[in-house]
Amino acid sequence: MKLIYSRPKSLKKAVFHYCPGCGHSVAHRLICEVIDEMGLQERILGIPPPGCSVFAYNYFDVDMAESAHGRGAAVATGIKRAYPEIVVFTYQGDGDLAGIGTAETIHAANRGENITTIFINNAVYGMTGGQMAPTTLRGMKTTTTPYGRDHILEGHPIKMSEILALLEGVAYIERVAVNSPSNIRKTKKAIAKAFQMQLEKRGFSMVEILSPCPTNWKMSSVQAWKWVDEEMARVFPLGVYKDVTEKKDAD
Amino acid sequence: MSKVLMDGNSAIGEAAIRAGCRCYFGYPITPQNELTEYMALHLSRKKGCSFVQAESEIAAINMVYGASLVGARAMTSSSSPGISLKQEGISYLAACELPAVIVNMQRGGPGLGSIAAAQSDYFQATRGGGHGDYRTIVLGPSSVQELADLTMRAFELADKYKIPVIILGDGVLGQMMEPVEFKKEAPAELPIRDNSLRGARGRPSKIVKTFTSNPSELEEINWSLFRRYSLIKKQETTCETYMVDDARLVVIAFGIAARIAKGAIRTARAEGLKIGLLRPVTLWPFPEEQVKELAKTTGQFLVFEMNMGQMIEDVQLALAGQGEVAFYGRPGGVIPAPSEVARVISRLYYQKGLK
Repeated sequence: MKLIYSRPKSLKKAVFHYCPGCGHSVAHRLICEVIDEMGLQERILGIPPPGCSVFAYNYFDVDMAESAHGRGAAVATGIKRAYPEIVVFTYQGDGDLAGIGTAETIHAANRGENITTIFINNAVYGMTGGQMAPTTLRGMKTTTTPYGRDHILEGHPIKMSEILALLEGVAYIERVAVNSPSNIRKTKKAIAKAFQMQLEKRGFSMVEILSPCPTNWKMSSVQAWKWVDEEMARVFPLGVYKDVTEKKDAD
Repeated sequence: MSKVLMDGNSAIGEAAIRAGCRCYFGYPITPQNELTEYMALHLSRKKGCSFVQAESEIAAINMVYGASLVGARAMTSSSSPGISLKQEGISYLAACELPAVIVNMQRGGPGLGSIAAAQSDYFQATRGGGHGDYRTIVLGPSSVQELADLTMRAFELADKYKIPVIILGDGVLGQMMEPVEFKKEAPAELPIRDNSLRGARGRPSKIVKTFTSNPSELEEINWSLFRRYSLIKKQETTCETYMVDDARLVVIAFGIAARIAKGAIRTARAEGLKIGLLRPVTLWPFPEEQVKELAKTTGQFLVFEMNMGQMIEDVQLALAGQGEVAFYGRPGGVIPAPSEVARVISRLYYQKGLK
């Protein structure tokens, strides 16, 4: 019999603590599939952040080291500079990457650090109970925007892929989503490409994943997955924002 | 090797490289820039080495954390306001039991303060500095030669006890030039530290973490850290004594202040006053036993610091009521001359009827 589906080798046999409908578990699995397929399990180091995914090390069967809030890109810089043979990825949420860690992220990208970032954008602070994130949509109600995010008072959702794509040190940026089978397939391809960029020493690579958070969005899983398409992807359009290999082909 | 004339900051850089430091991450701040520049010159283009001028002190200390994770000897340096920013990372290094060397060339504070030498970060350095219950080893050099020697010792201690080590200097030490001899050549290659995370090859995957949702697990981590701290106290506490044998008054001072005090003591001795000096070399662990021991032969102490009185609390804790402790301090970056301290010593000496 042909085996067509099984648990990735680099995904531990543990029960996810994530809520039903959450995008983290899908993203974890996809990363592990890519790690297996690219043969990276023994030479990769993952950096999870504080947040819901702080426990990512309970699921990834690869070396992992927790970072302080927002400092993933700086930690990965130190790792890669000290030991360039390792493949390193940070796994960061929107508060982590686009709030407290904006400086670390932008400067690591600008230096063209040979690291890969998986950026989970769910428009909300998940673990702390649903406060406004830098990526919270306008009008969206959170526990700290009980009247809805008003851009006059609370600012606009920040678009990290667009911002980072402007930097010369960046090799590859794509925004994807994990809310449908076809989007999930695209996400996996993007993750593989991001790691490939690192292996080819092309510079900073990032995959931004629009990820449902039904619990804090106060929606059912199905509603949340629809909302990603109908609301989130309008503010954060999916697609490739930078790809240095593509540019080369065009030349 | 013969002696060379060097400023203190550069001497730390050279000593660090000779101690096998291959990674330096820093951010400009006076009065320690010569160290960052020295490392840029010697590490940024060298194979197997790394120098990054980070976007912030926070980023720099987290780069150190990353480099230490994979087993490299790594260092960062700054001065007081910058060290405050690094405290987050120092707390994580302590929690994860990762070695690192952090240099603080102190300047006057609080706030942006001044760029002149001060000793006002003693509390911050010796009490952990960041959040959580932890300690770092703190070394207090008082000459350029000692900056070099203690830098080498700092890397050894950091690896031996898997702990961040702070070198607590000041603006004078960093800037002044003195002859210095480097007693060791740089090692060709250091063995890979056993707890390095370099990929799960030939072994199960490992995690380095600080967060746990289980308070009893965290309590055990704290206990294990403190068991190591008591071992450090037992094995690594060091201090220098100077003319204490017949002393009726002992000055206790660290770093550059101890250097000033020595000058003052020589003047006082020339006038026939029996003065000695105790200089803690390790500020944490503090040489409690040595101070206690002195109280058996001397009843009067004078703590002299370039701050409003911080180490004096450790002296008082060590003495636990034995002997009398007086204090003289100048904060804000003011550097008192030996003659000024000599006057303080002699006044106290006569006031207390020690003559």
